[in-house]
Amino acid sequence: MEFFVDPNRCIGCQACVQACSECETHKGHSMIHLEYVDRAHSVQTAPVVCMHCDSPTCAEVCPADAIKRTADGVVQTARKPRCIACNNCVLACPFGVPKMETEFKLMMKCDMCYDRTSAGKRPMCATVCPSQALFFGTREQIEQLRPRSNAVNRFVFGDQTITTKVNMMVPKYGRAEYVDVTSAMGEQTIGKNITLNILMDGMYNEEDVQ
Amino acid sequence: MRQLDRETITIPPDGRPENVQPRWRKDFPIDWPQDNYVARRDFTKFMVLTSLAFAVGQLWIAAQNFFRKRRGELPMNRIATVDQIPVGGLLNFSYPTANDKCVLVRSDAQTFVAYDQRCSHLSCAVVPKPSENRIDCPCHEGVFELSTGLPIAGPPRRPLSRIKLEVRQGAIYATEIEKRAI
Repeated sequence: MEFFVDPNRCIGCQACVQACSECETHKGHSMIHLEYVDRAHSVQTAPVVCMHCDSPTCAEVCPADAIKRTADGVVQTARKPRCIACNNCVLACPFGVPKMETEFKLMMKCDMCYDRTSAGKRPMCATVCPSQALFFGTREQIEQLRPRSNAVNRFVFGDQTITTKVNMMVPKYGRAEYVDVTSAMGEQTIGKNITLNILMDGMYNEEDVQ
Repeated sequence: MRQLDRETITIPPDGRPENVQPRWRKDFPIDWPQDNYVARRDFTKFMVLTSLAFAVGQLWIAAQNFFRKRRGELPMNRIATVDQIPVGGLLNFSYPTANDKCVLVRSDAQTFVAYDQRCSHLSCAVVPKPSENRIDCPCHEGVFELSTGLPIAGPPRRPLSRIKLEVRQGAIYATEIEKRAI
């Protein structure tokens, strides 16, 4: 059984977020991120769960030796007696998964519902996702269900190549996406710059207001 | 599903094999099983060193006892004559060296008691009060019983060191210090 994330199919219903925050181990705190891809221009959302890297960057940068990976390859929430709430993992994770819960002074992250998956059940988010953008099943199942998609678990961030336990579904015949983040660092972020002409010209002229 | 060797599941970022990785990677493993793993050899080493430390401690105590006996007995000093001290009177003296201040009390006609004057709490000089049958420490209001030197109030937990006395032919001699823990 493997986890497959297909952001194309996400409809932004927030069911996964609600389901995640119902969990008894972190009640009220959702460990899944539902990101808007380009909020000003589109309603497209993408769910972000922990990818459970083979070489977890969060654990590599942890100065307190708090982030551990269990024998089945699941990277766990920081161990409470060790975590010093330094935020290193939050800054270092290339997928932006770890969350600093300042209330508990503890880094908490998606652990693929360890209590469920270790007992053979599907993670909560995958059970509730109506469009199955979050899918938990065997590789044969996903190949049968999504013949036009490929499961990818290798990502390149600069000089760092990451292989993950969780798979990302990409179009079968597409080419690899290349995003140059550093070249765009000088630009203003799109999220803050609303370019749609939803405000009519002269809508808020002083005469009209009076 | 990818099958990885359980001993080397976490691949270091540079991808090189484990034997060329720096030593700290072994000490701070990312994998949970390795992090919780205590080698039988490490445990045995811990047990052997701890019991060795206990054994050496026992020898140390024995050696201390031996050297204390070798140091010999304290001198017998003449302090005063019985007639010099009235009933309820005090006398300051030094025993066994000039720096060890002690105090002698005649609580009644037949009874003499002497204590090291240092309070067992923080070594302030204690003040005997024979009329009230107690010894006071002015620093932290510690109180000792006059007849035994046991603490009865305040911060002191241990009794005062008692000086053993002997009366011979109308003179008082200090013969020994009795250091007491309880």
